[in-house]
Amino acid sequence: MKSGKFWAWVVFALSAAYFFIPLLATFEFSLRLRRGVHSFDAYQIVLGDPRFQATFMYSVIAAIFTIILGVLVVVPAAYWIRLRLPQLRPIVEFITLLPLVIPAIVIVFGYIRMYGSNSPLPFLASDLGASSLLVIGYATLSLPYMYRAVDTGLRTIDVRTLTEAAQILGAGWSTIITKVILPNVLIAVLSGAFLTFAIVIGEFTMASLLNRPAFGPYLQNIGANRAYEPAALAIIAFAITWGCMSLIQILSRFAPKSANRPN
Amino acid sequence: MVEPFLSIQHVRKSYGTNTVVQDFSLDVEPGEFVSFLGPSGCGKTTVLRMVAGFEEPSAGKIVVAGKDITRLKPNQRNVGMVFQAYALFPNLTVAQNIAFGLKVGGMNKPDADRRVAEMLEIIKLPQMAERYPYQLSGGQQQRIALARAIAPKPKLLLLDEPLSALDAKVRVSLREEIRSIQKKLDITTIFVTHDQEEALSISDRIAVMYGGKAEQVGTPFEIYNRPATKFVANFVGTLNVLEGTVTDAAAGTVRVNSEQVSLKGKLNGSKSGDTLTLALRPEAISLGRQPGRDSSLSGEISEVHFLGSVIRVRVGIGGNTVSLDTFNSPATPPPAVGEKAEISFSSDDMLVLH
Repeated sequence: MKSGKFWAWVVFALSAAYFFIPLLATFEFSLRLRRGVHSFDAYQIVLGDPRFQATFMYSVIAAIFTIILGVLVVVPAAYWIRLRLPQLRPIVEFITLLPLVIPAIVIVFGYIRMYGSNSPLPFLASDLGASSLLVIGYATLSLPYMYRAVDTGLRTIDVRTLTEAAQILGAGWSTIITKVILPNVLIAVLSGAFLTFAIVIGEFTMASLLNRPAFGPYLQNIGANRAYEPAALAIIAFAITWGCMSLIQILSRFAPKSANRPN
Repeated sequence: MVEPFLSIQHVRKSYGTNTVVQDFSLDVEPGEFVSFLGPSGCGKTTVLRMVAGFEEPSAGKIVVAGKDITRLKPNQRNVGMVFQAYALFPNLTVAQNIAFGLKVGGMNKPDADRRVAEMLEIIKLPQMAERYPYQLSGGQQQRIALARAIAPKPKLLLLDEPLSALDAKVRVSLREEIRSIQKKLDITTIFVTHDQEEALSISDRIAVMYGGKAEQVGTPFEIYNRPATKFVANFVGTLNVLEGTVTDAAAGTVRVNSEQVSLKGKLNGSKSGDTLTLALRPEAISLGRQPGRDSSLSGEISEVHFLGSVIRVRVGIGGNTVSLDTFNSPATPPPAVGEKAEISFSSDDMLVLH
């Protein structure tokens, strides 16, 4: 099947070119700030900008809280559905997919109407409340990725038997989840966490409409007013996302191995 | 009569309209090894899971050491369990797996370490403490699972088909090891299996289950030699089934093919003319007339299989076929297919199946 292999490589090369050429062009463009020579001036300006540091830190902290919220909600829910309510799985899967089909702008307008300063739950009346609402919104946006990652992790272990083995040894629910289930799906949880991180770092709509000082609106602002710095920022955002993906790959090597599937 | 340690009293389990266990009762003495034997779907695992607390009985009561545990959660019962699928925690080493129940129970580290070392000695795997489950064979994993189950000194040990996933050789050695550990620790044990040889070889008593009920509870000797029902007789061991007609109920004579067999005291109210199902174990039958065997039937040899030390012979008797084994003797040639043959047996060994 030599000709089959040849065409496979052709398709691969074309796809790689489609993906990498714009990226290389953006990178090359980001180096052109100084006339006539290639330099990292645009990166220096961006990284030295206090607004970059402030907005990036804000988004990192929002991402960390989003991940914590996501883990607290998704791990017990996915575990319980696998253990006791498998008949609900299709419904829950459908619900977790909704953030992919309902635009973020619709969700955020809903939030503004529901949680405005005159509502019974006035999240938007304070900065802390608005930031909390942003984290809740991000947790919703990352639900499809977090739920799927955790559910896939749970599929690789015999949830019911491990739970029963722990129960009969005297363990209660909190011990079972923290000592047995979570360590065995930790890599899946981390995969979900890094996907969440990548989503939160670049998210614009919710942060902008809730008027939060996040990295997404900063990116948009720089992009609208500068020439070379947005290209540098795009490359930095790519590097962060790829860094997250690489971490998932590295960490997956340390996953607890099941006896049935040692590799 | 020794006070029962485990008492399962009129337990029933239904899922909607489907009743999987109906009125199951059993008393188990302290230190006794009782097997639940039966085909898939007979309810044996459900009863075990009710004793463990994973299923709640729809009716009935489960008492351990005089305490009603029917509504207690599994983690409040102090029961050890070994699962078919090993169920070792993949993220923990062997030592950590064994120590899990001890830590949950609040034992301090030095005592837990001592107990883990003791358990590893008992299961003869002291060098495996730092290995992970995926680095062990199936047999080793199941021994670790056994050590983990007995480490917290449970009142009761439950074994849910622990040997089913293992290959034949390991199965035999591990079942002997389980029995020897159970005797050494004198722990009351319930063992669920569908393998009759396993149940017969290691149990003090066997409860043969079918259709959610205990068909018979007895020692392996009783179960094998005096099966109470047709199902038990068929399920446990190999059985030759013959049709017979009661010729004289008062005298206890039954006609099989065209010959009379005396079954006095076994007819259980059958009337003359009734058709009976009779059964004979292969080892109760001899080829040719033998001293001490009071009954015989004539037929024709239909099959001969040379199996080395044993020769399996099938003899057609009327519409029935009887299978028997004879020892191979180099001096005697095996019987030939088509030869006329007479089989003899003691009428005491003939079972009347109800």
